[in-house]
Amino acid sequence: MDLTLKVWRQANQDSEGEFKTYQAQNVSPDASFLEMLDEVNEHLNDQGEEPIAFDSDCREGICGACGVMVNGFPHGPQDGTATCQLHMRKFEDGDAITIEPWRATAFPVIRDLVVDRTPFDKIIQAGGYISINTGAARDANIIPVPKESADASMDAASCIGCAACVAACPNSAANLFTAAKMQQLNLLPQGNPERYTRAVAMVETMEEYFGSCTNHGECESACPKNISIDFIAMMNKDYVKAQFKNFERDAQIKGK
Amino acid sequence: MTDTHSPTLDAKIPEGPIQQRWDEHKFHTNLVNPANKRKYEIIVIGTGLAGASAAASFGELGYNVKVFTYNDSARRAHSIAAQGGINAAKNYPNDGDSIYRLFYDTVKGGDFRSRESNVYRLAQVSNEIIDQTTAQGVPFAREYGGLLDNRSFGGAQVSRTFYARGQTGQQLLLGAYQALSRQVNEGPVEVFTRSEMLEVVVKDDRAVGVIVRDLVTGEISAHSAHAVVLATGGYSNVYFLSTNAMNCNATAAWRAHRKGALFANPCFTQIHPTCIPASDEHQSKLTLMSESLRNDGRIWVPANADDSRAPNDIPEDERDYYLERQYPAFGNLVPRDVASRAAMRMIDQNRGIGPLKNGVYLDFNEAISRLGRDKIEERYGNLFEMYERITDEDPYVVPMRIYPAPHYTMGGLWVDYNLMTTIPGLYAIGEANFSDHGANRLGASALMQGLADGYFVLPYTIGDYLSDWLNTEPVATDDEAFTQAMAQVNEREERFLSINGTRSVDYFHRRLGHLMIEHCGLARSREGLEKAISEIRALRDEFWKDLKVLGTSESLNQSLERAGRVADFLELAELMCIDALEREESCGGHFRLEHQTEDGEAQRDDVDFSFVSAWEWINSNTSQTLHKEPLEFEYVPPSQRSYK
Repeated sequence: MDLTLKVWRQANQDSEGEFKTYQAQNVSPDASFLEMLDEVNEHLNDQGEEPIAFDSDCREGICGACGVMVNGFPHGPQDGTATCQLHMRKFEDGDAITIEPWRATAFPVIRDLVVDRTPFDKIIQAGGYISINTGAARDANIIPVPKESADASMDAASCIGCAACVAACPNSAANLFTAAKMQQLNLLPQGNPERYTRAVAMVETMEEYFGSCTNHGECESACPKNISIDFIAMMNKDYVKAQFKNFERDAQIKGK
Repeated sequence: MTDTHSPTLDAKIPEGPIQQRWDEHKFHTNLVNPANKRKYEIIVIGTGLAGASAAASFGELGYNVKVFTYNDSARRAHSIAAQGGINAAKNYPNDGDSIYRLFYDTVKGGDFRSRESNVYRLAQVSNEIIDQTTAQGVPFAREYGGLLDNRSFGGAQVSRTFYARGQTGQQLLLGAYQALSRQVNEGPVEVFTRSEMLEVVVKDDRAVGVIVRDLVTGEISAHSAHAVVLATGGYSNVYFLSTNAMNCNATAAWRAHRKGALFANPCFTQIHPTCIPASDEHQSKLTLMSESLRNDGRIWVPANADDSRAPNDIPEDERDYYLERQYPAFGNLVPRDVASRAAMRMIDQNRGIGPLKNGVYLDFNEAISRLGRDKIEERYGNLFEMYERITDEDPYVVPMRIYPAPHYTMGGLWVDYNLMTTIPGLYAIGEANFSDHGANRLGASALMQGLADGYFVLPYTIGDYLSDWLNTEPVATDDEAFTQAMAQVNEREERFLSINGTRSVDYFHRRLGHLMIEHCGLARSREGLEKAISEIRALRDEFWKDLKVLGTSESLNQSLERAGRVADFLELAELMCIDALEREESCGGHFRLEHQTEDGEAQRDDVDFSFVSAWEWINSNTSQTLHKEPLEFEYVPPSQRSYK
């Protein structure tokens, strides 16, 4: 296949970027999208032009490192697929393809297609965990967890943190990412003691960096793991309930 | 050169009955009292299962920890891609499992080339890992009664593998990442992302810090600490095409080796039997299909050579279910080395399948008719989807095509029972060390070992070393040891950028990979290894003359990053071949064509080779010196492994 690529090039965070056009020739339909870019980079290197920078690691759709806008769609046209798992057979010979980095104020461009997604780490650091020290756990089978809860928790837990949800959202909101982690934990009995403090901490940190959710649902359709926006509704419920909680009073009652 | 009486190789294995060694050792280990822990600095390199779990546990104990990862987030480490599961001796299914059985299976699975004491400890702490990670909120698969579910993996006749769909590594890694994030929030741990360690700093024969490159700005910085922990994974990417992530590399381990840490069993590499075969020469990596698929999938090739019919057109009596035929007791669940070599033999007999005749079938038709499509979808749905995305074939209808691919490296930095390398103060944990898997790792044991080292072993053993340095400050980063190491790093970078040759980094990496898979892959021979060594040397010369890296060192420069990693692979590859040549026997993943039984199985030589090879770098690659740590088997007497 022969393709025309329009690729965003930007030297660093402070410089102005621009689209540059490249030809990709004799691309194998069995190549992945990133392998196609590897090939383009080999040619650029041969010709003395610096290769296009992009993040990628596992190339199995699980690490969440990769992700670019392909013709305006996060991770490209194939449903439920990260960029590294998108294959060129999904395109036609002669296609023109526009490739851009994620666009969101919270994610400044570092170079070309590479963005800084540090705010996602900040949300997890705020409360995306269960507080248990190493060695403090009791036997794993002491608390039975209904299979349905474990399955729903796993559905949420399959988030790979790629940030396609933010890139897809007209408000650059991170609600799907935040809700997925929060509900993975809140759906399990182990996560229950910190349920409401977690909701407050994670939502408030999210709001420091990201826009607000207005229920467009673009995040769900962009998600390479098809994570449901139902989790956002569950997060909102926990967050609202947390507003009516008197944490100190609860602690006193429990302490008795 | 061989030095059999090396004073450096004291493995510090405790004495007494194996069941009590770990407890005794913990009791006799020096401790650091809780109030003193905050006086210590520890550096951890890598945020995979081992690194993240160790760093989180150190933080909980009160140590000050700096963690470095080249990824943009600690959550990306390649442990995340592990699919099938994690072993533990819980015996929840009541099928006869025990700590002793897990120990026995692992020693046997490793083809009697691992340390019994380490393996026993691993089996002991396996149960605590399941308790810990469940409490963290890892959503393991459960039965309808709400209790944890198990499945089987290769090399075992019990169900002891815990799993979270086909994403067990992801869930365990995220659990460790979350524990780490909690410590970042609470203060003791600081994580540096997009930061690659390029040198270990050694002063007065002990590790005192590291040199790190900020991958965004290119800034080179020095960091000092009382101890340095390498949790930097394995070196399967020496083969270019492997199941490792694109960025996995051996640089941290290799730099440590060049500074005096002995490198153990470099030729022990695992070629995993169930990967999707390569489709063309531009392929960048290979994708694993979890071993768990062998629970329900049946492996076969056409009974006749050069049969090019579509799989579903080949009648049952013209198929050869060769694993079930050759190994009736374990069938499709033989260990990885055995399954990979059996596939190789089939392909060598021109019975390989697929467009390049480079695969074997993994067939689910029988399981689907027995259990129904829904059950198979529940167990393996995401793996089937991944397969279809890559190959454009529907595995519910057409059997999967699979082929062996480099996956894991049992070799790594030599460590003692405390997980310390031969450089005092420098530790290696997880895949980066060599100790627990011998010559072949069993499935679902890598996650177990990474988390055992990080959560339950190193947090105890590191205190023994640290207690000697109470009330001392870490060496200042303007010390000569640091400035020299920084100068080395800078000089190397400038050299990459000034060669101005004609070939890209990938060009050399691909060629190295071809050499290694051909001569130091599934099958090795004296002739092939000698050829490989001379060709690697020639390729290394060419690399340093004809490499072309554009751009500068003062910005994000992915070609420059890769150049450093491939330069180190070009040295490590040679040592792998030297080690493979030296080891005149076959064991586990190391298969010398000269040493096989009549039916083509690995022929060990316990009289001459029951030892760990630990290589010492002396000035150059050509003068690596071999030290031997003898292996003793008091509990599992070595035998010809039989899975028949």
